Amino acid sequence: MADFLSNVTQYLPQFWAAFLVTLRLAIVSLIFATIVGIICGLINTSKSKNPILVILRAIVKIYIEIIRGTPMLVQILIIYFGISQVLRPFGFSWNKLGGIFTAGVVVLTINAGAYMAEIIRAGIEAVDKGQIEAARSLGLSYFQTMSKIVLPQAIRTMLPSIVNQFIISIKDTSLMSTVGLPELTNTGKTIAAVWTSQTMNLYCFMALYYLVICFVLSRISKFLEGRMTYGR
Amino acid sequence: MEDRVIIKVENLKKNYGKNEVLKNISIDVKEGEVVCVIGPSGSGKSTFLRCLNKLEESTSGTIIVDDIDINDPKTNIDMFRAEIGMVFQHFNLFPHKNVKENIMLAPVTLKRMTKEEAEKTAMRLLKRVGLEDKADQYPSQLSGGQKQRVAIARALAMNPKIMLFDEPTSALDPEMVGEVLKVMKELAQEGMTMVVVTHEMGFAREVSDRVIFMDGGYIVEEGTPDEVINHPHEERTINFLNQVL
Repeated sequence: MADFLSNVTQYLPQFWAAFLVTLRLAIVSLIFATIVGIICGLINTSKSKNPILVILRAIVKIYIEIIRGTPMLVQILIIYFGISQVLRPFGFSWNKLGGIFTAGVVVLTINAGAYMAEIIRAGIEAVDKGQIEAARSLGLSYFQTMSKIVLPQAIRTMLPSIVNQFIISIKDTSLMSTVGLPELTNTGKTIAAVWTSQTMNLYCFMALYYLVICFVLSRISKFLEGRMTYGR
Repeated sequence: MEDRVIIKVENLKKNYGKNEVLKNISIDVKEGEVVCVIGPSGSGKSTFLRCLNKLEESTSGTIIVDDIDINDPKTNIDMFRAEIGMVFQHFNLFPHKNVKENIMLAPVTLKRMTKEEAEKTAMRLLKRVGLEDKADQYPSQLSGGQKQRVAIARALAMNPKIMLFDEPTSALDPEMVGEVLKVMKELAQEGMTMVVVTHEMGFAREVSDRVIFMDGGYIVEEGTPDEVINHPHEERTINFLNQVL
């Protein structure tokens, strides 16, 4: 252990850089995933018979089913290798768009977006229908009702599930190591390959980074939940 | 002015699937009139009320409110609804907003008032319903009667031409019914056009200009409170009144 602690310092800059890649990937993807989730969740909960919305609802349902029914690793392979092969004749290359990192953002956004859509749909549906009726009867439009009345209330029931999804997605970033993104897991493996005597300590040290992000996140969520009680 | 028809309903029908809830309802409501709709549960009276501001889509028939055909696809339903206040059985206050914000929300969101104007209006309306000391409380801190009075103030903040009440006292403890009815009575005396679905026969008798008895999706009997409540002709009305009075 003493040997590990005295020698690990020389790898800290490498770990720190990799940690930042993981963190950046998670933050950027989750911002996009939240947007995707809100849009898909709203489409999914709308009861409109407008043909465009009917088609959109069908697309969203298929999208969610596909993402939920396939492993993330397979999704990475399809999007990183599959898409680039199919689109290569059209001059497409992930390298032109920012490389593996961008591919990672795309995969994680699509993946987490589908789960977020379901969380947001459930949250919206849990809000009392009377709230929508009251808002609409005052003359608020559908979007005003959603943004001012339904979503602010839904967020409270959704928050634990959203944070849970954030935590899952942060851990899922490690799967991007399989296609060579220099994030935490990949970097840990690279270091482990040259520093063979400390495999156990090294991987536990790497795990600590994930643990810290996820722990901080769940604390923040507890804090927010506590604050969102209105006059109770 | 007194006699202007503000709500005109013709041959209104409403089906849920094969279930006919409203069967050919026709009625006129004049400006300033207070109409109470009574009847057993399942008679379609709430559905009828909800058709008037298109919370329920009617299956067929015309509904003209304040010269606007609400089933015309060209009608901007949001603008139309802003002119009609609605009070619900279960209050439906916004739990994440305090009392004052509940009242200010619609006028500010719809840009009818600035925040300052809306706040003044909210305080004036709260004073009117006797709750100016509750402005900063949240709905969960209020009693049922207080919630319903806030809900009335919230609807009034949009300065509506018509107020619809959907069993406003049915979810209240008995001792709180009076405070809500008092506010409604004052509103009626000020000349507000009101359509009230209610089980409060005392209120119907005392305040309304006209009582409508509905049963099985039809208007069975209508007339002055004295005619319908004190001297009903139809057997179904007599049976119903025997049970509730």
